[in-house]
Amino acid sequence: MTSAVLKLTAIRKSYNIGKAVEAEILHGIDLTLAAGEFTALIGPSGSGKSTLLNIIGLLEPPTSGNVEIAGHPVSYSDDDTLTRLRAETLGFVFQFHHLLPAFSALENVLMPRMINGEKITEKVRAEAMQLLASVGLKSAESKKPAELSGGMQQRVAIARALAIKPALVLADEPTGNLDTKTADDIFVVLRRFNREFGTSFLIVTHDPRLAATCDRRVTLADGKIVRDDRT
Amino acid sequence: MRFELQIALRFLREGRTQSALIVGGVMVGVAVVIFISALIAGLQANTIARTLGAQAHIVVKPVEPVARAQLNPRDTGVATVQTAPRKVRSIDNWQQVALAYESVPGVVAVSPMVSGAAIAIRGEGRNSVAVAGIDLTHYDRIVDLRDKLVAGTLRLEPGEALVGVTLARDLGASVGDRITLTTGTVADQGDQYQISGTLDLGNRELNRRAVYVPLRTAQSLYGLPGGVTSIDLRVQDVFSADAVARQVAAVAPLLVESWMTTNGQLLSALDAQSASTGIIRIFVSIVVMLGIASVLVVAVVQKTREIGILRAMGASRGQMTRVFLLQGSLVGLVGSLLGAMLATLLVFLFGVFVRGADGNALFPITLTANLLLLACVMATLCGTLAAIAPARRAARLDPALAMRA
Repeated sequence: MTSAVLKLTAIRKSYNIGKAVEAEILHGIDLTLAAGEFTALIGPSGSGKSTLLNIIGLLEPPTSGNVEIAGHPVSYSDDDTLTRLRAETLGFVFQFHHLLPAFSALENVLMPRMINGEKITEKVRAEAMQLLASVGLKSAESKKPAELSGGMQQRVAIARALAIKPALVLADEPTGNLDTKTADDIFVVLRRFNREFGTSFLIVTHDPRLAATCDRRVTLADGKIVRDDRT
Repeated sequence: MRFELQIALRFLREGRTQSALIVGGVMVGVAVVIFISALIAGLQANTIARTLGAQAHIVVKPVEPVARAQLNPRDTGVATVQTAPRKVRSIDNWQQVALAYESVPGVVAVSPMVSGAAIAIRGEGRNSVAVAGIDLTHYDRIVDLRDKLVAGTLRLEPGEALVGVTLARDLGASVGDRITLTTGTVADQGDQYQISGTLDLGNRELNRRAVYVPLRTAQSLYGLPGGVTSIDLRVQDVFSADAVARQVAAVAPLLVESWMTTNGQLLSALDAQSASTGIIRIFVSIVVMLGIASVLVVAVVQKTREIGILRAMGASRGQMTRVFLLQGSLVGLVGSLLGAMLATLLVFLFGVFVRGADGNALFPITLTANLLLLACVMATLCGTLAAIAPARRAARLDPALAMRA
């Protein structure tokens, strides 16, 4: 079996609502994602998908349980180590693209590498251009996000997520606010990167049609994994 | 740092109006501080130059004898003690003393003088004057008389005198005319002196009363052959005069007075002025810092989502802190550079439009490169300091929550 990019063991997450009331959102999640796996995370609203994604994305700590990313056990005590792990191994695609409005499409794609302190050489720039071209946005490099359509914005966000060649890309309803045709295009792009670079994807989606195209479907309900089947 | 700088610049550019307003605020604040500093420095330099223009930095005189009642301690009688009438007294061994003064560190020039009162007469006109017997070559290094010469030549041959401009006018005399000086004693019938030059000493009283004659002439006028009544000193740094005076006093038991003691009121006025500029500087800095801080606090709120995105993409807390610190520094730097330009313009306009009653510029205000540089460095530092609280707030934002904003 190929090595795991993600290993969750007994993840629980609860939020304090007020002083005394505690609400547990996730009740002990065990999940392992293999390298190169193209997985859909499905489930009704409020099942804890976004919370789980935030925990995998190291954006919030679990209340208990262990997270292991690309072989590194995650410790939440040091924010800098956490940040570096996030910067080097994870890519994010959100439902609302979350591009930086002040920067052009190309600059948005370059951003993760700038954050990592890389010098933006001609080579780095060419690689980013290549990524933009592969999502079909070669001519949109200097456009600001506001000048792009929803589907184009999402494609820029995908190119950005792949800029650092992450081991795992987390996508939170990447096609949630796009029409069917555009959503299909986005999925094609994601699939192509998955095949080309061997990048693992974990995609939260409500669309059963798109979920069906994935290698694996993990179904979450009421904070528990209720189904896990592979194509 | 490249990443932080780029984000900081972009954030500032994005909030264009906000950035422009706060940069404008910093500009005005810095311009005010620079202008006031330069104005006060110019004013003080001018006041000191005027005060010390015709005055030695340190004057050494013989100690005045003190009259004491010779009373038996057990005697209960009351005695009236009268001060002995002042007479012109000489400094003992003044040549050696003057020589010793020359080697005191900080002293740059030493000049002996015989001074006393006299009456100047020309025709019907008579004026009481202050006669100063000087050795021109020595005295020239204490007070730059060349600079003050209005008419004639700066020369003091025996039988010649240099007089204040007002005195010359009062006596109706001009260069080349003769005046009579008498000390007023019965024996003294007065001698005639030819005016070799008139001086504007920058002070009405001096201009009305000053008469310079050769040292020897004054010595015979006051019956002090070979003696001097005071020794004038010039020091390197005018504000060290008090310190130098203490060392000078250790040389010989003589009365040593620095200009700082004799002009105590002026000095405390200058101090008060400096203190008030200091207070203005401090408060302007505080206002500027509060302005920058408040704009950045708002910017952190406005940019919460972007901060969340950057953090999710792997930007560290340190990087976010630096992004906002840099914004503060940049606002301070750009604002102060513009402020320095505005201050330069203000100083120029002040020189052109603010004139004294005589139509001349009041006093020269000079903007030194040091002052401009210091103001810019301070403003940049203040901007950075002001950004600390907002930057920490930005760094502490929880990325998951921030993105939902």
